Amino acid sequence: MTRTHSSLTELTEEQEAATVTPSDDPAAPRRRWWQARTEASRIWRQPVVVVALLVAGAWLVVAIAAPLLAPFDPLQQSSDVYASPGGDHLFGTDALGRDVLSRVIYGARLSIPLALTIVLCALAFGGLLGLVAGYVRGIIGESIMRLTDLFFAFPQIILAMAVAAAFGPSTLNAVVALVIVSWPIYARVIRGAVLSIRSEDYLNASRMLGVGPVAALRRDVMPNSFGPAVVLATLELGNSMLLLAALSFLGLGPRPPAAEWGAMIALGTNDISRWWVSVFPGLAILTVVMACNIIGDALRDRFDPQSVGGR
Amino acid sequence: MSLELRDIVVEYRGAHNSMVRAVNGVSLTVEPGKVVGLVGESGCGKSSLARVASGLIKASKGSVLFDGEPVAPLSWQRRPRRELGLQMVFQNPYSSLNPRRRIDAQLLDGVPADVPRRSRRSYVLEQLDRVGVAPDVAGRFPHQFSGGQLQRIAIARALVTRPSVLIADEPVTALDASSQVHVVNTLTQLVRDLDVGMLFISHDLALVRHIADTTAVMYLGKLAETAPTAQLWSQPGHPYTSSLIAAIPQVKAGAGLPVALAGEVPDPANVPTGCAFRPRCPHASDECTREPELWPHRAGRSACWLIHPGTEIPVRPAQPVA
Repeated sequence: MTRTHSSLTELTEEQEAATVTPSDDPAAPRRRWWQARTEASRIWRQPVVVVALLVAGAWLVVAIAAPLLAPFDPLQQSSDVYASPGGDHLFGTDALGRDVLSRVIYGARLSIPLALTIVLCALAFGGLLGLVAGYVRGIIGESIMRLTDLFFAFPQIILAMAVAAAFGPSTLNAVVALVIVSWPIYARVIRGAVLSIRSEDYLNASRMLGVGPVAALRRDVMPNSFGPAVVLATLELGNSMLLLAALSFLGLGPRPPAAEWGAMIALGTNDISRWWVSVFPGLAILTVVMACNIIGDALRDRFDPQSVGGR
Repeated sequence: MSLELRDIVVEYRGAHNSMVRAVNGVSLTVEPGKVVGLVGESGCGKSSLARVASGLIKASKGSVLFDGEPVAPLSWQRRPRRELGLQMVFQNPYSSLNPRRRIDAQLLDGVPADVPRRSRRSYVLEQLDRVGVAPDVAGRFPHQFSGGQLQRIAIARALVTRPSVLIADEPVTALDASSQVHVVNTLTQLVRDLDVGMLFISHDLALVRHIADTTAVMYLGKLAETAPTAQLWSQPGHPYTSSLIAAIPQVKAGAGLPVALAGEVPDPANVPTGCAFRPRCPHASDECTREPELWPHRAGRSACWLIHPGTEIPVRPAQPVA
C-alpha cells in the first residue's frame, strides 16, 4: 500500500507544483473586481443598453430635480388653454391651461417611486412566500402555490381594477392593488429556484457541517435563488408603471389634480386633436418602460444560470 | 468510532408506482484509520448507499450506526453534534460548494464549538493549508478555483469538524486525470494521518486498489464480494470481480484492448431471479437460479455458488468473451 502510494506521489510532483497556486492570473489578485470590470465593459459595448441606462439615469435626475427643471407649477391653471407646443409652453398646455412639460416632469416624481414601491413590495412578499413554498413544501408549500394559481387565473388588470375599485380610488389603494396582483409571479420564480437548490450538494454539505435549516436558508438558498427574481423585478418595473397608468387612466389611481402620466393621457383623450396633451406623458411612459426592459434583459444575460456555476 | 451499515435497503418509487430497489440488503463496516473501497458499475446503488450512510436520505430498511448509535436522516433539526464526526465528500466539486459564498466562510460554518472565537479563522486556514490551498486565496469564490482545487477545498471542509469517518462518493470522477491523482493522494494521506475511517466509493477498481484496505464489490444493489484488497486482486472469489479486473485497460506493449464484460447491467426495477449476475456470468449453472449468500472465502466473503462449500466447481479465471 505504502509503496504504490509513494509512486503515485512521484508521478504528480509537477502537477502538484502547478495546481497549488491559484488558477488565475497573478496580475489580478482580486479576480472578483477584475471580473466585475469585464462585465461592466461588456455592457458598455452594447449601445442599446448604454442608451437605456442613460435614459433611466436621466429620468431619475428629472424626478429628483423636478422643481429646478419644471418651468411652471404643474398644478397652476391659466387662461391659456390648449396652447400648442412651442413658445412659452414647450409641450403645450392642457384643457385647464396647465403646462404639460412641467406636469410630465413632476409626473416622474409620482410614477417612478410608485412603480419602484410596487415592485419592491411584490418582490418581498412574493419572494418570501416562494421561498417558504419551495423550502418547506408539504401542505404549507402546496397551499401557497394553489393560492398563487388562484391569482394567476385572473387577468392582472381586471383583478387590479376590482381591488382598487373595492378599496376606493386613491394612490395608496392603487399601489396595494398592484402589489396584490403582481406578487404571484415572484413567488413562482423563487419557488422554482429554491426547488432546484434543494437538491444541490452545497446545501447538503452545509447541513452536514451542522448548519441549521434557517441558517442554511439564509446562506445557501436565498443568495442563489434571488438572481432570477431581481431580473424579473427590473422587467416588471415597466409593467407596473403601465398598470399604474392604466388604473389612473380609469380614475382608480392618484386623484385628479396630481400630475400622473396615466391620468394625463386619459385627460388628453377628451380631444384627440390636441395630441400634445396625451402624447408627451405617453412618450414618458414609453421611454421609462423600454429602458427598464432593456436593462432587465441585459441583467438576465448577465445572470444567465448557465454562466453562474460554470465560470 | 466506526460506521456500520446493517442490511441497508433503499427503494425508490419508479414509473407506474413500481418500487425500484437500488440497494438490497448491504452490510458494511468502516473502522477508524481504514479505507473501505466500494466499487461497482453505474447504477448499482453505490451513491444511494453513500447517501444513506451519510444520513442524507433515509434507508427503507436496515440501520446506519455511527459509534454504535443510529444515524438520524437529515431533517428540520440541526444535525446532532455527535453525528458531525461523519462527513462526506461529494462527487462534483463544482456543485458541492456554494457559488455565492467565499470559501473561508463556508469552512467557518463547520468549525467545532470548542475552538475559541479568536482562532476560528486560523483554524480554517490550517485546514486549507493541509490540502495545499494557500491562505491568501481563502477569501475567494468557488469559480476562481480549478476542479482539483475545489475538490481539495471540499475535503478541507469535510475535515473541519474533525470527523472520524469520511464518506467519499466518487470524489475524483468529475476531475481530469492529473487532478485525480493529486486529490486521491491528498485524501488518503489525510485519512491515514488523522486516523479517519473512509468509505471510498468509485467505479474505478484500479484506483481503489491503490488506496483501499478492504474492497467491496457491488452488483445491482447487493454485495458480490468483499475482501482485503490484495486478495481481491490475486484471488477474486466472484466471477464479477474477475471480469471487472479483466476489463481494466493495461499500459503494456501488445496488451490489446481489455476484455469487456458482455451484456448490460440489468434494469434494477427488474432484477433477474437467483444470482443477479447470472445472465452475464461465464460460469452460470443451475445452482445460480437460487440466490447466493455472502459465504466466507479465504479472508473475505463472496456471494457466488462457485465458492459455496457444497459446490464442486473449481474457480477458474474469467474467460474472454466473444
